[in-house]
Amino acid sequence: MNYHVNEKGFYGGFGGAYIPEMMYQNIEELREKYLDIMNSATFKTEFAQLLRNYVGRPSPLYYAKRMSAHYKTNIYIKREDLNHTGSHKINNTIGQILIARQLGKTRIIAETGAGQHGVATATVCALFGMKCVVYMGSLDVKRQMPNVLRMKMLGADVIPAESGNKTLKDATNEALRDWINNPLDTHYIIGSVVGPHPYPDMVARLQSVISEEIRWQLKEQTGREKPDYVIACVGGGSNAAGAFYHFLEADEVKLVGAEAAGLGVETGETAATLFVGSPGVLHSSLTMLMQTADGQIIEPYSISAGLDYPGIGPQHAYLHKTHRGIYQPVTDKEAVDAAFKLTKLEGIIPALESAHAFALLERIKFKPSDIVVMNLSGRGDKDMQTYIDLMKHEQTK
Amino acid sequence: MLSVYFSAGHPNLKDTATIICSLAKAGADIVEIGMPFSDPVADGPVIQQSSLRALKNGMSVKVLFEQLEDIRQQTQIPIVLMGYLNPVLQYGIDKFCERCKHVGVDGLILPDLPPEIFNQQYRTTFDKYNLCNILLVPPQTSSERILQLDKWSSGFLYIVAASSTTGAKQSFQPYQVEYFKRLENLKLSNPKLIGFGISSRESFDDACNYANGAIIGSAFVKALEANGEITNIVENFIREIKG
Repeated sequence: MNYHVNEKGFYGGFGGAYIPEMMYQNIEELREKYLDIMNSATFKTEFAQLLRNYVGRPSPLYYAKRMSAHYKTNIYIKREDLNHTGSHKINNTIGQILIARQLGKTRIIAETGAGQHGVATATVCALFGMKCVVYMGSLDVKRQMPNVLRMKMLGADVIPAESGNKTLKDATNEALRDWINNPLDTHYIIGSVVGPHPYPDMVARLQSVISEEIRWQLKEQTGREKPDYVIACVGGGSNAAGAFYHFLEADEVKLVGAEAAGLGVETGETAATLFVGSPGVLHSSLTMLMQTADGQIIEPYSISAGLDYPGIGPQHAYLHKTHRGIYQPVTDKEAVDAAFKLTKLEGIIPALESAHAFALLERIKFKPSDIVVMNLSGRGDKDMQTYIDLMKHEQTK
Repeated sequence: MLSVYFSAGHPNLKDTATIICSLAKAGADIVEIGMPFSDPVADGPVIQQSSLRALKNGMSVKVLFEQLEDIRQQTQIPIVLMGYLNPVLQYGIDKFCERCKHVGVDGLILPDLPPEIFNQQYRTTFDKYNLCNILLVPPQTSSERILQLDKWSSGFLYIVAASSTTGAKQSFQPYQVEYFKRLENLKLSNPKLIGFGISSRESFDDACNYANGAIIGSAFVKALEANGEITNIVENFIREIKG
């Protein structure tokens, strides 16, 4: 089976570039050049150097001893939370700004939900001296003030998106509108494996450094290149796409994605796209979407702003359909419990997004000999207020 | 030629037929009916707001077809439906085209349906029901691609005046005039209507110097929000533009 994008930009029936003609030139240019740029020696050298010296890669693959004992198996944690800016997002923004520079662009735009991708974009713009505009839902601006201030300190203009539910979907709409209005000097750094082809493939390739490292680190530590499981959270799905990438063709490696179920898939207050969605076109891609029978997009809900998206990357829709990937919905409560458990057992406070992946450890029956790689996509600093409120709530009960 | 756009279901759910007939009577040449979508990425603030309001009022593809059921007994003005792909996909392309033909719709503008995908997957269905597929041509388009779009489009070509989302703009910049002249020199087979940013008599006249006509959207949608009889608002608006 081939799980990668075909020459027309599709994964099975999912993906494509459903763009208005106003975006044709930019997308066409990117589609024509992204592989050549990424395969060039200059790009490879510069990307590798920046990942090592600036981001701090390779990120550790850490054998979680106490957690392994608790779940009676072998758990390795891929520490993307230790990257500069606190999550895997920087792998993509470093790569894309190098591509943007090669294309002669001088202005960068981005969307952000929790602010992690916005911070990672503002960071590389500071690093390369490029103008940066970040669109963020006005509700998220209020919820994630520390990240807003970080972006501002880094020199980015943060523009609140006032349409819709004022969250990630609406920020993405505004970023697309900006690109339509600024077709010449601007590159849009999309933060996940979503949007029109070639974005899902380009972002997955840039994030694939995660699984590339897992392979040699695991070999070094266990003698085996391939784990039995790779488990990651999925909103748009970029950290999962990166963690799965080099194992896609290895059928013996189970690829598991945790979707945000919010209050539960049956409640309607959810972001578990694969479980409540159906195929449709949003943000220029044909993928699984939360939508009404009339084709209007339904606003998602999750405790974690980074998973609060009504769609999912087309590759994940395809992996789900073909059963190559196993996807499971995880509720707010399960994710929070998992976050506290990881903190107590290993001394690592995870981002709420990443905690969704750890919740699956409760559900899956592992063998004592299994090797399980958990992708810890981000750190929990940005979620401290939520955690503090939860602890207060616990105490007053 | 003057083509006028409004969002179906805005300002009120049941205004559709009244607006169409008033436009025809007042002297518009083509009517473009917007099918509202929750995430209209190619539209500026005015049409975003009208789409949202229309959805809140209960507008949908299904309701719109019900409202258009008898429209051909009232007017013969050419009718074009404009909207985003997803609501059409969910309704079902074949059923959608069949309904268009049934109620007397002449053409479609679906900005996020790229012509390559249209040619491959939907052209035969459109042809079967005799529907025009009207394509957009933005200013940064290469001459080679413009010629292709002209070949693939039918009805007319929607000339996007500025590199932008919809909404009112200042008078034409030199780069726009240059672009319009480039289009003239290409001797295209479709009629050309200039849209995006046309809002007044002045900009309409100006656009008509370079094309077969122009399209007014946001300015009309805004005008409809004023107090008063729809018929009067429409009549005054068209008189203002066409004299």
